Amino acid sequence: MDDHAHDAPPNPYLTARRSPEETRALAERVAKLEKLLTDKGLVDKATLDHVVEVYEHDIGPMNGARVVARAWVDDEYRGRLLANATAAIAELGFSGLQGEHMIALENTRDVHNVVVCTLCSCYPWPVLGLPPTWYKSPAYRSRIVIDPRGVLAELGLDLPDDIEVRVWDSSAEIRYLVIPERPTGSGHLSESELAALVTRDSMIGVARAAAPGPGR
Amino acid sequence: MNGIHDLGGMTCFGPVQIEPEEPVFHEDWERRVFAINVAAGGALGSLDYRRHGIERLTPIEYLTSSYYENWLARFELLALDTGLVSDIELASGEANGRAEAAAPGIDAMNTVIREGRASAREPRARAARFTLGDRVRARNLQPRGHTRLPRYVRGCFGSIAALRGTHVFPDANAHGLGEDPQPLYSVEFAANELWGPTASPRDRLYIDLWEDHLEPARRETRRG
Repeated sequence: MDDHAHDAPPNPYLTARRSPEETRALAERVAKLEKLLTDKGLVDKATLDHVVEVYEHDIGPMNGARVVARAWVDDEYRGRLLANATAAIAELGFSGLQGEHMIALENTRDVHNVVVCTLCSCYPWPVLGLPPTWYKSPAYRSRIVIDPRGVLAELGLDLPDDIEVRVWDSSAEIRYLVIPERPTGSGHLSESELAALVTRDSMIGVARAAAPGPGR
Repeated sequence: MNGIHDLGGMTCFGPVQIEPEEPVFHEDWERRVFAINVAAGGALGSLDYRRHGIERLTPIEYLTSSYYENWLARFELLALDTGLVSDIELASGEANGRAEAAAPGIDAMNTVIREGRASAREPRARAARFTLGDRVRARNLQPRGHTRLPRYVRGCFGSIAALRGTHVFPDANAHGLGEDPQPLYSVEFAANELWGPTASPRDRLYIDLWEDHLEPARRETRRG
């Protein structure tokens, strides 16, 4: 499919940040809502602060990277991960909200998996944290299903014609984690060094795992 | 509903733009909107009802607002709809009494974060109609309400790639019609069944569909 031309330029409404005045108005609107909900007894500040803290610092792609690195070094773990991802991921301490039913998808020389949610922005929070803006954008959600090779090429991932591309649309409560291929030349690395190569984007399926740097 | 949120297959939004080293939140108000939705979302109603809330925003608002702006607009819309807050309270910011629901504490929140919320219902509410490898067709349904059957698969032929257990049916649950738990399937479609001859003959699309979204493929006549 056409992989270079676009019928539409980037949508300025989607990428432009709000003006300082608009941002201030939004902040005031949210502060007013938070105060109203607090006064009504529906939320309290300490709990909200805690939720932010957890999703900003404790839960993120470093969790998924540990799962992938373990699968790379431990064949039995890899087998359990492919057979029952929810349980295998929980072995490493990751579970819960927006990851209640996990499936692991293994990228190989012959198959490349990539994940999307065309209807909203479903994403495996316990292993990847909250989704990046591009994953939630209409550009990605609309086009990765109809032109996966074009989108991936634009993002720097050129796939050979003879590889099978599998797009997974997360339309239910099943959440998908891509297990990228282990990079060549990484045989000498420890599990934690390997985890450092596993990027967020490689676990969505829009990139490969990073190559080991020289001297690592 | 055939809304703007049902984006699969549109090609009018330009290239995908990745922000390098993107922070989890760009503005402090986004942190608060996220946390309010996680902590107080349950007071609004089911996950499916809340997803449909986003779909009810106008198409212009949906496309021209940022993600957390839409979460904010959705929260306000549903808080009014459910009577959680009144329009006078929302406009003034002044509470007229306390709500019946209580604020979740940190321990309760940690339990939700760690254990999640049940969306599957076992044992099976009804026996699965399809088995692995069955040829099926995504039904040509055009519901006016919430559905997890996107337009781009409707009427297309595929096959059952996996059985996913029994799950709450969002199309019913979003509208207070009960959980209607039913078998969920991973359905495999050939890319060129969905997108025509320009798609790679090797490529596949997998999507999770509920039993009510599917019918047996008796005659494989192409649409059109």
